[in-house]
Amino acid sequence: MSVNPQESRAALAESSRRRFLFKLGAALSVVAASLIGIPVIGFVLSSFRRRGPSESWISLGAIESFPAGQTRLATYRNPYTRPWDGATGDIPCWVRHIEGEKFQVFAINCTHLGCPVRWFQESALFMCPCHGGAFYENGSRASGPPPRGLYQYDYKIENNQLLIKGGQLPTLSQPV
Amino acid sequence: MLRKIALWIDDRVHLSKLYASTAGHHVPKNAESWFYVFGSGTLLCFILQVVTGTCLAFVYVPAANEAYTSLEYLNYHQQLGWLLRAMHNWGSNFMVGIMILHVAQVFLFGAFKYPREMTWISGVVLLLCTLGMAFTGQILRFDQDAYWGLGIGAAMMGRVPVIGPDLVHLMLAGPIIAGETLSRFFTLHVFIIPGTIIALVSLHLRLVLTKGINEYPVPGKAVVKATYEQEYENLVKKEGVPFFPKAISKDLIFSGVVMLGILGCALYFGPEGPHGVPDPTQIDTIPKPDFFFLWLYALLALLPDYLETILILTVPVIGIGLLFALPFISGTGEKSARRRPVAVLAVLMIFLTVGTLNQLGTYSPWSPHMTAWSAEQTPVKYIEGRSPLELQGALVLQYKQCRNCHSLGGSGGLRGPALDGVATRLTGDELTRQVIQGGGNMPAYGKNLNSSEVAALVAFMKTLRGPNEPPARNSTSPEQPTKTQ
Repeated sequence: MSVNPQESRAALAESSRRRFLFKLGAALSVVAASLIGIPVIGFVLSSFRRRGPSESWISLGAIESFPAGQTRLATYRNPYTRPWDGATGDIPCWVRHIEGEKFQVFAINCTHLGCPVRWFQESALFMCPCHGGAFYENGSRASGPPPRGLYQYDYKIENNQLLIKGGQLPTLSQPV
Repeated sequence: MLRKIALWIDDRVHLSKLYASTAGHHVPKNAESWFYVFGSGTLLCFILQVVTGTCLAFVYVPAANEAYTSLEYLNYHQQLGWLLRAMHNWGSNFMVGIMILHVAQVFLFGAFKYPREMTWISGVVLLLCTLGMAFTGQILRFDQDAYWGLGIGAAMMGRVPVIGPDLVHLMLAGPIIAGETLSRFFTLHVFIIPGTIIALVSLHLRLVLTKGINEYPVPGKAVVKATYEQEYENLVKKEGVPFFPKAISKDLIFSGVVMLGILGCALYFGPEGPHGVPDPTQIDTIPKPDFFFLWLYALLALLPDYLETILILTVPVIGIGLLFALPFISGTGEKSARRRPVAVLAVLMIFLTVGTLNQLGTYSPWSPHMTAWSAEQTPVKYIEGRSPLELQGALVLQYKQCRNCHSLGGSGGLRGPALDGVATRLTGDELTRQVIQGGGNMPAYGKNLNSSEVAALVAFMKTLRGPNEPPARNSTSPEQPTKTQ
């Protein structure tokens, strides 16, 4: 009779010790896992939010290389590239020199789903090879599924150079 | 002695117990059917993909500036590299194809009903993962199609309201399609999605063991929650056979055929691509997805533009949601396709729609033929005996790229109507109006053609009709009032 309470006390002590150890272990693991997990998730999602400006002024060359009244393909090296980007860092665009210092610089991407539009001087149309979108010389929508005219870069002329503001893939929710 | 070793191994590793609870589990005898081979066929394809994919990863370089070169190296220099690439490509075609048959079969056989809801749901996630593998795999074949395919993906993401730009950035891992984009898709294709597939296949197979394979449905025998599991247990007890070695024969035959099919196609057709260096400045390209996504490519060309964004954003959510909800919408009742006409019609309709769209996608009639104006001949019969003005018109038609969208004598674009016989449909005035103002799906050429070019063009088009076909005429002709006596 005198042993029983002692035993049960011991059992109680052990079970509360077990419970404490379990709780301690679980809490420690949760804290440690979060300490590991937070930077991992932060790493993975780091490109979800953009940091810093993704656009800057880029030179397309001297304005003489774009004769007035013509639309020509120009390419530029994207301002933000990695050493292993290779040719994917070279971005094309269409430059239309209207006259004097009046230009229009169109993104290559069709406003429908981003395929590269081609310029046809004879019919003065941009045609898209994917889903049949067509645009007029001034970039406005001519026919097909595109919901709007071609994306246009902001441009300026400095020291006889044609500069455009670019650096990211244009999409409907974020035109150039 | 050998027996002793075998028994020792079995005692330590519990192989016979493992066998009894897995490969040796009993299945209803009627599940031993040719209709039940597609699940194991899909799994076999997946295993082959892991094997061939691992081999390719020995050589492939997932960097934007080297990926293309390493694919060419695999094709032309690496011993048997071409065959491994071809088998990986054909393995993916077979996997998607057989998986679709599997989905259709379990749907038509009511296998998603009680108590196999989770088997169906894990299967839906596996279906999405497999399509994800197909898309990411196409990106790893880093060529022009891959580059512009990513562009199409980004353009779709960009249509999402509010978080569109962030989603684009997350998908591309940067402001443009470049090195990190490829790394991202490589990680998805090689680690994340296959890992998920392995985990889900384990669950999927475990559920087949715990809840049993669906018995061959009998028309008129409805699933009732209260009695189904007992009935199934009785069925397996009464006429069950061990999956291995009794019920597996047809799976084995199918497996053999599938492997030979993949090998045969790989040997005969060779590897796919890469098509054209992934250099965005090379814009003379006609990007096209692989056949799994051609239907989507076609659909995006054919949807009316005012519906497009709404449909792109809602249809996938509703469609996938419906797939997940299916076992809860229709979890009991009739299983046999013979008593489920709506289910049969739904499958037929989906197959016909996707098949038709895919077929259209192979020749994309909505796209202008970029070189038709300079490359296609003008049929002799449309030039013979024509006046100088009409001949000039034939030149205008060619030179102004009308042929890119309009065919003549069966060659040229299919975007607009063929111009053979156009004079039987439109009068001269109507032709002039159409050319100058455009309309329908045609751009207006008023600014781009002077009046003599229009006159020549219309004069030529007025001759485009068969020898015995009368020209179109106005229903009323104000200049020549009908003579009244």
